[in-house]
Amino acid sequence: MKENQKLPEIVVSSGSMKINKTGSWRNLRPEIDYSKCIRCMICWKFCPDACIKINKEGIKLAPRENLKKEPAPEIDYDYCKGCGICAEECPAKCIAMLKEKK
Amino acid sequence: MKKLLIGNHAVSYGAMLSRAEVIAAYPITPQTQVVEELAELCASGKLKAQFIKVESEHSAMSACIGAAQAGARAFTATSSQGLALMHEVLHWAANARLPIVMANINRAMAPGWNIWADHIDSLAQRDTGWMQFYAETNQEVLDTIIIAYKVCERVLLPAMINLDAFFLSHTAQSVEIPEQDMVDEFLPPYNPEIKLDPDDPRAFGGLLPPKYYMEMRCKLHSAHRNALKIIEEEEKNFFKIFKRKYGLVDEFYTKDAQIIIVTSSTITSTAREFVMRERKKGRKLGLLKVRVFRPFPFEKIRGALKNCEKLVVIDRNISYGNAGIFATEIKSALYGFRNVPVFGFVAGLGGRDVQLEDIEGMVDFARKKNFSKDEIWWGLKK
Amino acid sequence: MRLTIPEEEVLSSGHLACPGCGATLAMRLALKALGRDTIVVIPACCWSTIDGVFPNSALGVPVMHIAFEAAAIAASGIKAGLIAKGNTHTQVMAWAGDGGTFDIGIQALSGAAERNDDIIYVCYDNEAYQNTGIQRSSATPYGAWTTTTPRKHPKQEPKKNIVDIMSAHRIPYIATATIAYPEDFVRKFKKAREIKGTRFIHIFSPCPPGWKMKEQDTVKVSRIAVKSCVFPLFEIEDGKLKINIKPSRRQDVRDYLKLQGRFSHLKEEDIKRIQKEIDKNWQNLLKREEAHEG
Repeated sequence: MKENQKLPEIVVSSGSMKINKTGSWRNLRPEIDYSKCIRCMICWKFCPDACIKINKEGIKLAPRENLKKEPAPEIDYDYCKGCGICAEECPAKCIAMLKEKK
Repeated sequence: MKKLLIGNHAVSYGAMLSRAEVIAAYPITPQTQVVEELAELCASGKLKAQFIKVESEHSAMSACIGAAQAGARAFTATSSQGLALMHEVLHWAANARLPIVMANINRAMAPGWNIWADHIDSLAQRDTGWMQFYAETNQEVLDTIIIAYKVCERVLLPAMINLDAFFLSHTAQSVEIPEQDMVDEFLPPYNPEIKLDPDDPRAFGGLLPPKYYMEMRCKLHSAHRNALKIIEEEEKNFFKIFKRKYGLVDEFYTKDAQIIIVTSSTITSTAREFVMRERKKGRKLGLLKVRVFRPFPFEKIRGALKNCEKLVVIDRNISYGNAGIFATEIKSALYGFRNVPVFGFVAGLGGRDVQLEDIEGMVDFARKKNFSKDEIWWGLKK
Repeated sequence: MRLTIPEEEVLSSGHLACPGCGATLAMRLALKALGRDTIVVIPACCWSTIDGVFPNSALGVPVMHIAFEAAAIAASGIKAGLIAKGNTHTQVMAWAGDGGTFDIGIQALSGAAERNDDIIYVCYDNEAYQNTGIQRSSATPYGAWTTTTPRKHPKQEPKKNIVDIMSAHRIPYIATATIAYPEDFVRKFKKAREIKGTRFIHIFSPCPPGWKMKEQDTVKVSRIAVKSCVFPLFEIEDGKLKINIKPSRRQDVRDYLKLQGRFSHLKEEDIKRIQKEIDKNWQNLLKREEAHEG
């Protein structure tokens, strides 16, 4: 089918903006130090880009034994724009904003 | 059932019989009885519609846009200043391809304030993407609203039904009111496939970059072109049930006419009277009523004008700095097809009466001259 | 793990918001609260860009874009259309900026509120026409720089009080909210969802490029706005006002102003004037609450 015919008759969406990998906008890269992360999920709560995922399996590196199996935040670098709200709001101060290597 | 109806009530009955589901309107002279009658019909339960009594015409059209995007049949009515206030969202309705039907009572634009008939209000909305019908009688008003919904919902375009202030809006005529079950047979319920629906979440009308914008606008234009065919089809279907037909244009003694008068709306009735009088005298005069102005029926117009020697176009409008709009468009239809002298008369602005004698004068003028470069302002004070 | 707000993400990643956008975090929280049975109406504002480019959308719920001044009535029209089709459950939310609410859209908003149309109207207030490049609106506060109120002549007039205007319409629910308090934010949207009629939620929505502030400070600025009483959190239910957060010691407005370059030109006397205005507004709010309790 020709490209024009594939377009809908009306101006309506048919897909998700997930095709747009906004990670390429990033200048600073947040890195979570899981040895300090207390799994409070405050970073997840405040992310405007909905790009902090909840890893339900848990992450073995943790400040305390009982946190190893707790769900842990994981940054989706495909979409993270590097705004740094997560680092600013982290009560454990365990997210570092590092210069992105381009 | 036959009933004496003013044009405004013919509008209300048309909307009721079409089972409009959402109505949003704001009163303006000379449209007020449309709103009042619809409010009565809703209050009495004869019409089961959501009636939003909005605070402006801009909001009336915006409400219709929302309702139609949610999949409901929407209706509004306005006039003149109100239509002008809607301008922005008229584009929106058409570009969003929403089958909204609206009645516009043709009234002059201010200043100075003038509540009487002319067509500048609706013709100024020519390029918004709306279909435009110009009605001659109250029966035509009622029937066209029903036909328009059928066409709109097939081609995904909005339509404006225009009727002259006072000459139709406030004048009672005998109107056959169709039976509801017959209208239902003609016009099935509106249930669009794609609409605002949480089970099928989509964004309507978002950012449209240059990469796609032209394609989408060309689709709108193609829908207009296609609508010419669909209007004719639906008029045939309408005729089968109701035995009334109107056409994209209406030809009256055009076949052998030397001079053809081109009109729209109520001036047509006066011109028809004059043509009959002339025919009795053996003079070969004809009449072409342009009922559908957008989409512009090029082929029908060329067909009707293929034999005549001269044209008298009566415009109840003016495109300032150019000429009467119908005359200009008729000329464009004839370009490269026939070279016929077109006498464009600007007449009847702001509700000034155009009488038999005026039309007689225009035809006399055309008979005596071979050509007129400019439009002729008819009946101006000396 | 105890999440204090709903886990489901309705808004997807990949949207076109600037980094650190307050209005975007606000939308994410609002949709978490309202859920998928929601239709969003967006007039011209930052969000008409943020949602994405044809043929894609980031919102995950149906969206209708509409002209600048028509958010409220388009939402009313949709609601009427849904009811006409037998759907009485879907929430319709108009989501407009301060320009579309305080200025060009106030007529349609007032109309909808007077009719008590069954919609949720949200104003995400970033205190200027940010989408067109930071021009002043009637929501811009006294003293602020914008591109149309340059530093040599910053805005001279105080911010319009939109909540008082909406309150005068006697609608059933009005709330203020900010992204720094997500639990309060979500609770208010959930409450609004259960109420019939016009519900108005005013969101304080920092804009890093427009306020000349650091991207990472969006939440911090919002929090200080509440703690300094620049933007108090309260609700008005059936006319009864309740303040949600009363700071035990009000933070100095300087802490709020110094994070934002748009206020960097202010002199001591300007700051004093701003503090005085904040104190007066706060006292009025306390009095109004007390009157409603009594």
